Amino acid sequence: MTAAPALHLSGCATIDGAPIFGPVSVEVPRGRWTCLLGPSGVGKSTVLRLMAGLGDEVTLEGTVGAGDGAPLGARVALMAQSDLLLPWLDVTGNVTLGARLRGQPPQLDRARAVIEQVGLTGHAAKRPDALSGGQRQRVALARTLMEDRPVVLLDEPFSALDARSRALMQDLAATLLAGRTVLHVTHDAAEAARLGHNVLLMTQGGITSVPPPDGPTPRQFDAPETLEYQGRLMRLLMVAQ
Amino acid sequence: MMAVVRIAGVTLLALLGWQAVVTLAELPRFILPGPGLVFTTLWTSRALITEHALVTATEVLLGLGLGAALGFASAILLAASPAARSLLRPILVFSQAVPVFALAPILTLWLGYGLLSKVAMALLIIYFPVTSSFFDALMRTPPGWLELARVMNATPARILWRIRVPAAMPGFASGLRLAAVYAPIGAIIGEWVGASRGLGYLMLLANGRAKIDLMFAALLVLAVLTLLLHASIDAACRRLWKS
Repeated sequence: MTAAPALHLSGCATIDGAPIFGPVSVEVPRGRWTCLLGPSGVGKSTVLRLMAGLGDEVTLEGTVGAGDGAPLGARVALMAQSDLLLPWLDVTGNVTLGARLRGQPPQLDRARAVIEQVGLTGHAAKRPDALSGGQRQRVALARTLMEDRPVVLLDEPFSALDARSRALMQDLAATLLAGRTVLHVTHDAAEAARLGHNVLLMTQGGITSVPPPDGPTPRQFDAPETLEYQGRLMRLLMVAQ
Repeated sequence: MMAVVRIAGVTLLALLGWQAVVTLAELPRFILPGPGLVFTTLWTSRALITEHALVTATEVLLGLGLGAALGFASAILLAASPAARSLLRPILVFSQAVPVFALAPILTLWLGYGLLSKVAMALLIIYFPVTSSFFDALMRTPPGWLELARVMNATPARILWRIRVPAAMPGFASGLRLAAVYAPIGAIIGEWVGASRGLGYLMLLANGRAKIDLMFAALLVLAVLTLLLHASIDAACRRLWKS
């Protein structure tokens, strides 16, 4: 993995003339986990899509890119709310999808190690429909790790999981993605309070940074300072327009 | 098991109804023979019917195989190339405005009285359903998969081969299921227009000689063959996409 760059986006975005988000400025520091927290429909995912080089349908008046000025093209991995596993491939096949799509030989030894890291040893030959929702999202995380990109974009990847699976996935992701530049779009204040080195609150009014408590992440979900911070984020979400 | 009982029940009911119509209306056997007579003829003429059934089955299977292969390739070409799409799609749709049945005499003229003109009819009649349902499925790949592939820096050719084609296989399968039912129609039309062998030929011949029991026996065999073809393609498709 090459050195993790910072990310930035500034400007206004529209789709077919309809405004998506106003003039905003998003700064994602290098090698840190940044949560972009906000209600649905505020344009969080559009920010992430623009950074992933996707949003073809979006017109951005402004700039988006990496802090080092080099193109982001081959430095980004994406993990979405839906696990996007291919049902006709087994776990190993899904984890090594990137290499196959680039015409490279799949690194099966590394795939085995990554599958072990996400706790799916013994499931490598199973197809997605034989796995639970939590296990499927672990495969998606393994596929993301396998890409070994310095920038990881997470678009509400844990929001469809039950509370326990979600907390376990948050711990796993925080550990395994440490050192990379992570932009994590979420609408869950509790999640942002556990995971973010930085938390950016995005509302119709724009983006404000809400500094989280000091200390290592993932934060203990029932620690008083985590809960207090989660409450503060929730209050800010409630007063926002 | 319940399905088998239900199908057997429906068949029995249909046969009883058939016999009842023949008996009550006192229909002569050259207008509508009863099921008993048809089954007797089926048995006594089994060698003749089998000989012609094998010819029709060959035509159908060849037409089905070639049409499916051609449809598969065409759909991929259309999905891969926007230029091919804008050029070929209007032609494809226009070709459907021409009734395939109307082409049968011309095909016989061009390809002769033998196997080839019937294979061509079966092929033509299934080509559009196979191409169209596979192509539609190729164009409806879930966008999340395509975006993931893009972020992974995949080339369009590899996206097509590794994601869009496998994701569209259920669409290809439904095209094949339709084809299994249409292909025999094509072969029979071809035989009606001009042939010296095949179940369609036999039916016309029997009809002309007022051997309606033989005509019905041949029709029955054709229906059973079509159902078997449909069932085996259906089973094959299910097995392929499940395992």
